[in-house]
Parts: sequence; structure tokens; C-alpha cells
Amino acid sequence: MRTRLAATLGVLVLVCAVLVSGCKKSPEAPAPKQAAPGAPPIKVGAIFSITGPASFLGAPEAKTVEMFAEKLNQSGGVLGRRIELLVRDSGGSPEKAISLAKQLIDEEKVLAILGPSTSGESLQIKSICQEGQTILLSCAAAEEIVVPLASYVFKTPQKDSQAAQCIFNTMKDLGITKIGVITSNTGFGKGGKAHLEKMAPENGVEILVNEVYEKEATDLTGVLTKVKGAGVQAVVNWSIEPAQGIVAKNMKQIELNVPLFQSHGYGNIKYVQGSGEAANGTIFPCGRLLVADSLPADHPQKALLTQYKKDYESRYGEDASTFGGHAYDAILILTEAIKKAGSTDPKAVRDAIENLQGLVGTAGVFNFSAQDHNGLGLDAFEMLTVKDQKFAIYQK
Amino acid sequence: MDFALFVQYALSGITVGSVYAIVAIGFNIIYCTTGIINFAQGEFLIVGAMTAISLAEVAPLPVAILGAVLITTALGAVVELVFIRQVRNASVLRLIIITIGLSIVMREVMLHIWDEQVRSLPYFTGTEISTVTILGAHISPQVLWVLGVSAVIVAALTLFFRYTTTGRAMRACADDRMAARLCGVNDRWMVTLSFMLSAGMGALAGCVVSPITQTQYDMGAPLAIKGFTVAILGGMGNSMAAVAAGLFLGLLEAFVVSVLPSSYKEVAAIVVLLLILVFRPSGLFARRDMSALRTA
Repeated sequence: MRTRLAATLGVLVLVCAVLVSGCKKSPEAPAPKQAAPGAPPIKVGAIFSITGPASFLGAPEAKTVEMFAEKLNQSGGVLGRRIELLVRDSGGSPEKAISLAKQLIDEEKVLAILGPSTSGESLQIKSICQEGQTILLSCAAAEEIVVPLASYVFKTPQKDSQAAQCIFNTMKDLGITKIGVITSNTGFGKGGKAHLEKMAPENGVEILVNEVYEKEATDLTGVLTKVKGAGVQAVVNWSIEPAQGIVAKNMKQIELNVPLFQSHGYGNIKYVQGSGEAANGTIFPCGRLLVADSLPADHPQKALLTQYKKDYESRYGEDASTFGGHAYDAILILTEAIKKAGSTDPKAVRDAIENLQGLVGTAGVFNFSAQDHNGLGLDAFEMLTVKDQKFAIYQK
Repeated sequence: MDFALFVQYALSGITVGSVYAIVAIGFNIIYCTTGIINFAQGEFLIVGAMTAISLAEVAPLPVAILGAVLITTALGAVVELVFIRQVRNASVLRLIIITIGLSIVMREVMLHIWDEQVRSLPYFTGTEISTVTILGAHISPQVLWVLGVSAVIVAALTLFFRYTTTGRAMRACADDRMAARLCGVNDRWMVTLSFMLSAGMGALAGCVVSPITQTQYDMGAPLAIKGFTVAILGGMGNSMAAVAAGLFLGLLEAFVVSVLPSSYKEVAAIVVLLLILVFRPSGLFARRDMSALRTA
């Protein structure tokens, strides 16, 4: 009897959990039908890691594309047709991303897939989309997504190697030649480590300490003591949260007073708040979304960035991050290409993306070509710093 | 290696070790009374820290922490009453599996309440950048808080288990539940009490380490694994040994990093654990006759 009661209660809790998760997702349902009755909608798939460890990427991405599609549909859609978004949650799992991609391509016959959020997932479904002749607009950082080139695969965030180059350029300005590199053992961290190692000699920089730490690390004073002992002029940390905040705090705590460079994964004000005063002075390359308000009025991205930021923040009541911006760019590129192609034939739209020039997005100004499926140059990055716990444009 | 650097490694080891130790203590409380290992201990930590972070927005820090400890203690009671108590005549193994299930449920519920963002409590004294200088090396004052709170918890628990009737009754339940019941101990309530105690201690631990480790909904499991390793290392059921073992493991890891790439840190920790399990299965600091009594 009692075991039964326990079992019933257990089931009840599970049901509640499922219901709660169900409720949470309902506001993400497709936008109200407004545009052009009669014409069939254009089906666009989206795979984001809305929950799970990479939810800090996927959640703002899903919110952004829903906001974009709703706004677009209210103003008449594309080619007089509504965009029908099919948003799927991969939970950050590459296996799940594969089955979702297959389902979207084979059953839903979508024109394009937005996302996935992480590099691992994107690389897994790259060949599936290529074979299925479905356009993939990945929101993940790894360069391997577009190198080697797959004709249907594109990506919207800036490249890792460009981020590393920006860091080295700043070091050159500061006269820094001896650095310590610490990276987390994630796909993102490994990618950054490889680029930093490869590019350091070309830039006249010597890596004195090169350490990898586990992504669950809760304290890095040990590794940083080693860095301190080596007598470096700067530290580069390439990881995702929470280590980004911990590094900043630990460096100050052991009085390792050299500049801290972080990767472009640092682009969320929450990370800064997480490490409080210790974050001040951190230097990192990033898109301009975070400093939209302090851009000069004639900057080509200013209007778009401030508009997106305002829309997102007023609708969702949370700060916009660069990650949501990557999804904004993905759906922007797709709709612009559909307009340009004047059709929804996958091949025509794909060709149209390759011909997009000077398209202003959140990450930068996109200039695609048949060889470049990322379309962003070094100028898409701005070196930012943290001043009084706010992002600011870095000045020497 | 110069002396200041040596001290810095040692202090770094103590920082990490103090976190391990305070987590390990929580494992011991439930083990002491029930013989089961509560794999949801890490989640108690995070629930406590998250509640305190939410409360700290409206109340001063000490009040927020006290509130969080009380709420988590109540949660410990609910967990025991709803999930553990209902399973009668259950084997220890089955109860352990239940705690694993509980940890997953708690983690997911926390994701829905506090989302995926990383948060942290403010430093108890000073800020992120304040340090205490010892022999030319530096350590965050928060580490001293962790050590101090661990010491107070260990002292209080030792007194409680040794000198109060309730504490003795709890220990009696662990040794022989039937015999304890025959002596008039209400064994079921002792188990509930142990869950409440360890949830409360966990919440306190979660609050104290939050400024150092930061807090995210899924951080409980990795913290608990280290805490569990340390509890085994010291000898299950012995809180004082857990603190010593925690500091030992932290120092070991720090000095391993000084000579090997830091990716070998975990290897060192696990090798030591294996050696202990092979050569001193009852733990570094446990007396053999004691553990023989327990398994008999």
C-alpha cells in the first residue's frame, strides 16, 4: 500500500515536471497568422539547445527568431507568404540534433534550418543538410562548419581564428610577447587553443604556459599560480561560463596583475555581473551589439543593433546577448535571400545567399561569396573591455 | 619554486579543499543514521544557494542565508517523508537509487525556477578582489569563511552526536536499527531528522561556497562527486576526517598542477582514491575495528 502511494506520488511529481516544462514552452508557439491568406506558408526549421548546458545560447536564439518571424508576418511576410517557424529543442545533444534535422528535412520538408546553437551539433548535421539539399544557417562558432565548404551550409557568428587574430593585434599594440593560455576542455575551448597555438608564432608571441582545465572547475587558483610563476605579460582564457568569471576573480585574488583576455564567448553582461569588480579591465573581441548605444551615429550597424536590442529587451525583459544576435542574422540572411531569389526553391535561395553583399547584421556586415560562407571580416569584431562592470569599447 | 609560489599553491589547495570538505560533511550525516549515501546532497547545496541568492535581493545577507537554510531543511524533511519513508523494508541500494532519481528531479525543477544562468552570493567580507596576504601569497577571505563554517559545523555535529540523546539515538539507528527500535528510539523520525540536518548543512555549505564557485542549477552533481570522494577518503561517517581528507585532496591537486599539466589533476585524485580503497578500505582516518562493527 505504502509503496503504491510512493509510486503514485513519484508519478505525480513527474507529471507536474512535464506540465511545468510544457507550460514554459507554450509562449514559444508559432506567431499568429496575419500575412497573406491563401498562399502556403514558407516552412523554416530551427534547432536550438533551448534547455540543457548550452541553453545560454539556445534560449535567446529561439526567442529571437520567434520575435523576428512574428514581426515579419505581421508586416506581410516574404513574397506575400507567411514564415512558418518549426522550433525544436535539441537540449545541446548532437544525437538529438541529428534526428531533429532528419525529421525537419524528410517529414516537414523545410526550406532551411536555423541553428544549431553549438559547434558539435552543427558539425554533426552538416552532411545531412548537404545531402538533403536543405540550407543550414548555423549559429555556432567553429570554423569547421564552413571549412571545408559544403554548398548548402552557412554560419553567422564570426570565426574563432578572427577572434584570436584580434586578440593578437591588441597584444602587439600593448607590446605583449609572453602569454599564458588557459582553456576549458570543451569543443569551444579546444578550438580556441588550437588557433592560439597556431597563430602565436606568426604574431611574435610566445606561449609560456598552456593549460587545459575541466569545464566543471570551480576554482582555478592552482592553474593561475602556475601561470604567475612563469612570469607572463598577459593571460588568455578561452572557455564558456562559469570559468570565465572564475578566472577573473582568481587572478585578482592571487594578485596576478596582468591583462586578462577572454574569447568572444564572453559577450553576455551576466558573466560580468558574476565576477563583479574583478571583471573590470578584461579585454575581449566581440560583435558590436553589446556597445550599440556607444557606437557613433553614422556606424552602419547602429540603427539595426539598437532596434534589435530594444525589441528584445522590451519583449522578454532580459538583456540581449550576442548569441541571440547570431540567430537574428540567420533568419535575416534567409529572408533577404528569399526576397532576392524571388522564389523558395532551395537552390535559388542558396545561390542568392552567396550573392548577398553588404548585408548589415548584428555580428557585422556580411559579404558572402561562393568561397566564403561566413561572409564576415576581421572588422566584424570590436575589442571591448569592462569598465565599472559595463561593456565599453576598448581604447589603448 | 620560490617560497611565495609554494605558499600560493598551498593556499590554492586549501581553497579547493575547503569546498570539498564542507560538501563531504553533508554526506556523512545521512550515512551516520541510515547507512545510505544521499546522491541528492549536491542538489541540496544548490537549492540552498539559489534560495539564498533570491532572498538576498529583498533581505540582508545573514537573513537570506538563514531563510535558505530553513527552507532547504524543510525540503529535506519533505523529500524523506514523501520518497524515502514510503519505501518500506527497502534495501540500502534501492534507497541510494532513489536519491539519484531525486537529484535528477530536483535539478530539472531548479532549471525551471531559476533558469540556466550562473549566479552567486556576494562575498561575505570584502569583494571579488580583496585578498588576505599570508607569507607573501594571497587568499580570498571567503576561503577563511568556508574553513570557519566547516569547523563550526564539525564541532557542532560532534557535540550533537556524542552528547545529546537525539544524536546518540541517531547513531544507534545506524548501528542496528532493530535494536535501536527495541530501546524505544523512534527510528523513522531519526531518519527524517538526518535528512533535515544534512539538507540544512548542505544549504549552508552551498551559501558559503557560492561566492567562490558560483552557482548554476546543474552544478550539484560535480560538487557532490568530489564531496563523495572526500567522504570515502576520510572514512564514511567521520566529519572531522572528511575535513582533513578534503584539505589533503585539495593540496594534492594543487601540487600536482605545479609539476604536471593541470589535466592530470583528476588522475592524481582518482589514483589516490583507488589506493585508499585497496589498502585502507575504511578510509584514511577510520579505525579498522569501527568499520568492522558497522559491516558486521
